[in-house]
Amino acid sequence: MAELQFREAIRAAMVEEMERDDRIFLIGEEVAEYNGAYKVSEGMLEQFGAKRIIDTPISENGFSGLGIGAAMNGLRPIVEFMTFNFSFVAIDQIINNAAKIRYMSGGQFKVPIVFRGPNGAAGQLAATHNTSTESIYATIPGLKVVCPSNPNDAKGLLKASIRDENPVVFLESEVMYGLKGEVSDEEDYVLPLGKAHVVREGEDVTIVAHGKSYWIALKVADRLKEEGYGAEVIDPRTIRPFDIETVVESIKKTNRCVIIDESNPFASISSEIAFQIQERAFDWLDAPIARITAKDVPAPYAKNLIDYYMPQEDDAYEACKRVMYAD
Amino acid sequence: MPMAKQARKTAASPRKTTASKAGAGSGSSTGTKNGTENPNDLPAEIKIDITFPVYAAGAYSHKDVGVDEDTVMSMYRNMLLQRRFEERAAQMYGKQKIAGFLHLYIGQEAISTGTATAINIGQDSVITAYRDHGHGLALGMTANECMAELFGRIDGSSRGKGGSMHYFSKKHGFFGGHGIVGAHVPVGIGIAFAHKYKEDGGVSISFFGDGAVGQGAIHEASNLASLYDLPAILVVENNQYAMGTAIHRAFAETQFTHHAVGYDMTAALVDGMDVFAVTKAMQDHAKLAREGKPSMLEIRTYRYRGHSMSDPQKYRTKEELEAKQNEDPIIRLKKYIIDNGISGADALDAMDDEVKQEVLDSVDFADNSPVPDLSTIYEDVYEEDDYPYLA
Ligand SMILES: Cc1ncc(C[n+]2csc(CCOP(=O)(O)OP(=O)(O)O)c2C)c(N)n1
Ligand SMILES: [Mg+2]
Repeated sequence: MAELQFREAIRAAMVEEMERDDRIFLIGEEVAEYNGAYKVSEGMLEQFGAKRIIDTPISENGFSGLGIGAAMNGLRPIVEFMTFNFSFVAIDQIINNAAKIRYMSGGQFKVPIVFRGPNGAAGQLAATHNTSTESIYATIPGLKVVCPSNPNDAKGLLKASIRDENPVVFLESEVMYGLKGEVSDEEDYVLPLGKAHVVREGEDVTIVAHGKSYWIALKVADRLKEEGYGAEVIDPRTIRPFDIETVVESIKKTNRCVIIDESNPFASISSEIAFQIQERAFDWLDAPIARITAKDVPAPYAKNLIDYYMPQEDDAYEACKRVMYAD
Repeated sequence: MPMAKQARKTAASPRKTTASKAGAGSGSSTGTKNGTENPNDLPAEIKIDITFPVYAAGAYSHKDVGVDEDTVMSMYRNMLLQRRFEERAAQMYGKQKIAGFLHLYIGQEAISTGTATAINIGQDSVITAYRDHGHGLALGMTANECMAELFGRIDGSSRGKGGSMHYFSKKHGFFGGHGIVGAHVPVGIGIAFAHKYKEDGGVSISFFGDGAVGQGAIHEASNLASLYDLPAILVVENNQYAMGTAIHRAFAETQFTHHAVGYDMTAALVDGMDVFAVTKAMQDHAKLAREGKPSMLEIRTYRYRGHSMSDPQKYRTKEELEAKQNEDPIIRLKKYIIDNGISGADALDAMDDEVKQEVLDSVDFADNSPVPDLSTIYEDVYEEDDYPYLA
């Protein structure tokens, strides 16, 4: 096991894959000469050269489409968005082209491409720079959506995403890039997409949380443990396809579920998960499913407001107590 | 349907004037525009021959732009206010009174002040990107409301909701600072559309960076402005870099005025380190805009600070930066004022002290302004006060 920062784990995944497959290239703003806006691709220009590590103008729509065309024509692009807020400039390419061309061509063309970059809130950046996009992309058939919470998963899941034959939206986080964690040094460490991870086992409540929210879940689980409650923490890791079986198995044991999701609540990941749970595990539930999300408003700038906007640990803790009727 | 526009243009507003020094003339071209009345009649060759004016530094006195000495002094004060405000904001960022992104306009102040001098504030409209403090202050936003916004306080211009990148001031016709590169430019064209629709005589000026020229939105907006003969000016504030990317690394065509040719618009190149050159260019093109002739200006400028607060600036040399600092638009105007006997160094220094005090006061104001009440998070999302938010 090596200790790596999140950004280093992402880089390691890209580097390893690029070493084994020369059809892979990385394209995006400031990825080459500047070494990445968040230093994720540091050193990659030096290693792979300008043919494969490609700086672009601020043309998300253009270079996303370029990636899709290149994928249709036999290459395997990794498209980096400086942040996923800017993917909205390219959302037509992602939704109408990447996701649908396989289908519309009756399977003649496939689009093996990874769109990756930081997603979600990152502090006092105000409304346009703080969007959690997972719910938006996960609604689109044809896309896979991956959202790792730690360096180890990030590496294994990104390698799987790069090898996947479908378009994958791979969501990272600015505020987690510096996070360190043990990363497997298995020669070829690939984690399958669509498999959730039961990180902690417990009998009393199931907490489902992806990405940054996973860390809130762990803290809540710690607090509950001190009080003698066992929280089972599940990190879905892949948002689409969603591993509902693992969640349902857990709920059959705990009979309670709290979802922590950084997206805005309306028609979000948490709505979807809650729907699937009630469909498959209604009879096992002893309490309504609770969710903690961002507030139902755009992200504000002021420190106190953005803190309030984000899912709160205290709220998640209280929700767990509530569904256990222990409050 | 290119012919539709051509037929319309030929009938309504043929654009064939010859270029002159600062006459804001458009150009003339042959081939694509002429002699193709019948789409099947091909010209012998395509020839494009267009001249656009250049507004050079030092080419205009204050009299040339029709401003009196008092106005020159207030222009100077206006530029100083932007400079001192941002210097202080940078310091406050270091003290963590301000967070998130803080993009400083330092070095580019002649553009905002020249524009504010040339237009009718209140009647005309301005929209820009996230590097917006200069434009806001130039148009008349107060240091107090601007600093309080950076501090995330309730007395900020956007009640603490927008922060540095999102200054707005409706009463000054300032349609905002905007965070997504290029995305505000079609909006600027829409503002022009409304001016025309309402026949209120207003002009809409959309500022964007060199980097934004890479966005399709700019090109769609340019075509729409020209197609609909909107009272619009599209302004590239070419400060040579988009984050760490020098223009020649991002653009096949770095002469941004050339884009205007493709949209049958007039254009001009302006030295953005001279406030009078900017003023003159804006006056000329605002006049054209009011006649329904949109235009594209490339204003050459330079940002002295990093892109935002955390930029190691490895993409440029110290020598390059120093050379540009010698062209500082504020120092240039100061020298102009002294050389032309408009005022003396002492009076200018006193003015500087006064501005510094105004900025210090704004820090006090911001510090004393309350943080927004948590309930305000649910305000200004919808028109209705009773919207059923999900809790
Ligand atoms: C669509 C989009 N892509 C990327 C970004 C990130 N970004 C913010 S500013 C910037 C550089 C813009 O440069 P330029 O347009 O020249 O303006 P300047 O910063 O020089 O004023 C980039 C890439 C963004 N805000 N929006
Ligand atoms: Mg620039």
